[in-house]
Amino acid sequence: MKVLVTVKEVATVEDTFEIEGTAIPERYLEYDLNEWDDYAIEEAVQLAEAHDDVEVVSVTIGPPRVEETIRIALAKGVDRAIRIWDDELADYQLLDVPAKANILAEVVAQEDPDIVFTGVQADDDAFGATGVALAATSDYQWAAVVNQFELEDDGTVSVHRELEGGIEELTEVQLPAVFTIQTGINEPRYASLRGIRMAQQKEIAEVTLADLGLDIDAIDGALEVTSMAEPETESEVTLFEGDASSTASQLVDLFDDLGVIDA
Amino acid sequence: MSDILIVTEHRRGEIRPVSYELIGCGADLASKTGGDLHVAVISGEVDEMAAAFNRDGVDVIHTVADGDEFNHDIYRQAIAHLVEDVDPRFVITPQSVNGMDYAPAVATDMGVPLVTDAVGISLDGEQLTVTREMYGSKVETTVAVAGERAVITIRAGEWPPIESGGSAEIEVVDIDIDESAIGSTVTGFAEMAAGDVDISEADILVSIGRGIDEEENLDIVHELANTLGATVSASRPIVDAGWLPKNRQVGQSGKTVSPDVYIAIGISGAVQHVAGMKGAKTIIAINNDSNAPIFDIADYGIVDDLFDVVPALTEALA
Ligand SMILES: Cc1cc2nc3c(=O)[nH]c(=O)nc-3n(C[C@H](O)[C@H](O)[C@H](O)COP(=O)(O)OP(=O)(O)OC[C@H]3O[C@@H](n4cnc5c(N)ncnc54)[C@H](O)[C@@H]3O)c2cc1C
Repeated sequence: MKVLVTVKEVATVEDTFEIEGTAIPERYLEYDLNEWDDYAIEEAVQLAEAHDDVEVVSVTIGPPRVEETIRIALAKGVDRAIRIWDDELADYQLLDVPAKANILAEVVAQEDPDIVFTGVQADDDAFGATGVALAATSDYQWAAVVNQFELEDDGTVSVHRELEGGIEELTEVQLPAVFTIQTGINEPRYASLRGIRMAQQKEIAEVTLADLGLDIDAIDGALEVTSMAEPETESEVTLFEGDASSTASQLVDLFDDLGVIDA
Repeated sequence: MSDILIVTEHRRGEIRPVSYELIGCGADLASKTGGDLHVAVISGEVDEMAAAFNRDGVDVIHTVADGDEFNHDIYRQAIAHLVEDVDPRFVITPQSVNGMDYAPAVATDMGVPLVTDAVGISLDGEQLTVTREMYGSKVETTVAVAGERAVITIRAGEWPPIESGGSAEIEVVDIDIDESAIGSTVTGFAEMAAGDVDISEADILVSIGRGIDEEENLDIVHELANTLGATVSASRPIVDAGWLPKNRQVGQSGKTVSPDVYIAIGISGAVQHVAGMKGAKTIIAINNDSNAPIFDIADYGIVDDLFDVVPALTEALA
């Protein structure tokens, strides 16, 4: 059995930052493994540990910088990795969902996995749609926002989908299928020292769009960022200032005014 | 090709309120394109629901009776059929957990752009522009969408619901569902365990987020709650980590709360969290990042390290 995990490196912005034009300059960005993908990796690795002959392959779209993040996935137990990049991709500020799905679908076609795990969403652009778009493009079955996953003996999968308001939907899905993984489904491991050492020996295959039989037109982005700003707030927040003991006593006065304590 | 198709949502016999917001959003767009607003009602008690969706601005309501509960394969086939019939310019769905389960497939089938989690939509001549948030709501971006058509999913709570009655035409749609294309089956539902307390009953909630950093640090939060006679709740990462049980989680996939006082400590204010607590009477935020979105909805705030403020507050109350 083969499991493919999509792994994205996401940008987070520092507490104080500026926007220049339609982007945040590099100096305010930090890069990290996408939180949801950490759970997707763990789900794949646990599946490989519980069954014989499961190969776990990760796929990432990203520039050379992202290798560091891919090594984390390898250190956690992914067997080998694929990194897709093309200088032409660097021209796109925002890769839209169909573009990503079209690229990843070529990898699905080449690797022919039984199961694909993606995160529910990426922390930065938060489309929350690539996994399902990939399934539809690859003619796979799917389930979105999965917080419990069980591979049954008959080769089907039973999942819980986490709906709103504490309700979960119980669903059976035929394979091959894509599952978008929700945080909390498992406890992602930390990479062990041994894992980190072993990750150095593992393969990260570098793949271009041409290698996948795609040209840039095939993924031509439909979305263009035309402006970026800090949200205008209608906030009427009253900020308490001073050192902690001073703000604390202002809060106590507030509690008194609100009638929640008798001071 | 100037019509708008919206896809409503229901669960276990109840209409999800976002459906009425979709009508508001769809009616607004239809007035700009000069087209009709079509409403899709798929699975369940469709006649009853169609009557409820007969609201101002709606031109045609299409009912597809196949299936009881949401199943993405039935939705996908039903919407493909309606798209063929109606030839809509825009298909709009909620960015709900179920919306996330079918909208991307609809966009793939139609071969059109997909923009999710919209908080604003504008149409200037032929140019569609969508406003959405990025980087955990810290920035708002507008994206221009190429081409004529698109599938758009909208965030709940951003468009006013339409309450007043309308004069729509109701069309019963018969489609031949291709059973062989149904690859998943919903077998039931589970509800989160009630647990030890019901946080939605609490008058004061001391709510803790990822800013607490380590499980053992939770002690200072419990001490504050004890001193204040408050109940402890949390954002999702605290529950994901297993530091507090699921029944303490506030937000979209946890509980909706409306206490007199909600004290958000080390919580950034992600949209899925805010969905569960924006109804609190007084919101107080303690966060060391003055840009954290929680301050946009807070009534009172302290921009400081929680490890200084929380113990000081407990001491000041004692
Ligand atoms: C489908 C779906 C459903 C979801 N459902 C929910 C839900 O029900 N409930 C929910 O909460 N989330 C939910 N989420 C997750 C949500 O998107 C956020 O990831 C989550 O709310 C973030 O939690 P947080 O604010 O505690 O953490 P973060 O966003 O990491 O914020 C931590 C905050 O702590 C502050 N901080 C750090 N250190 C300190 C310090 N020493 N002193 C003061 N402040 C500090 C930081 O400035 C930051 O603002 C859902 C997501 C999805 C996709």
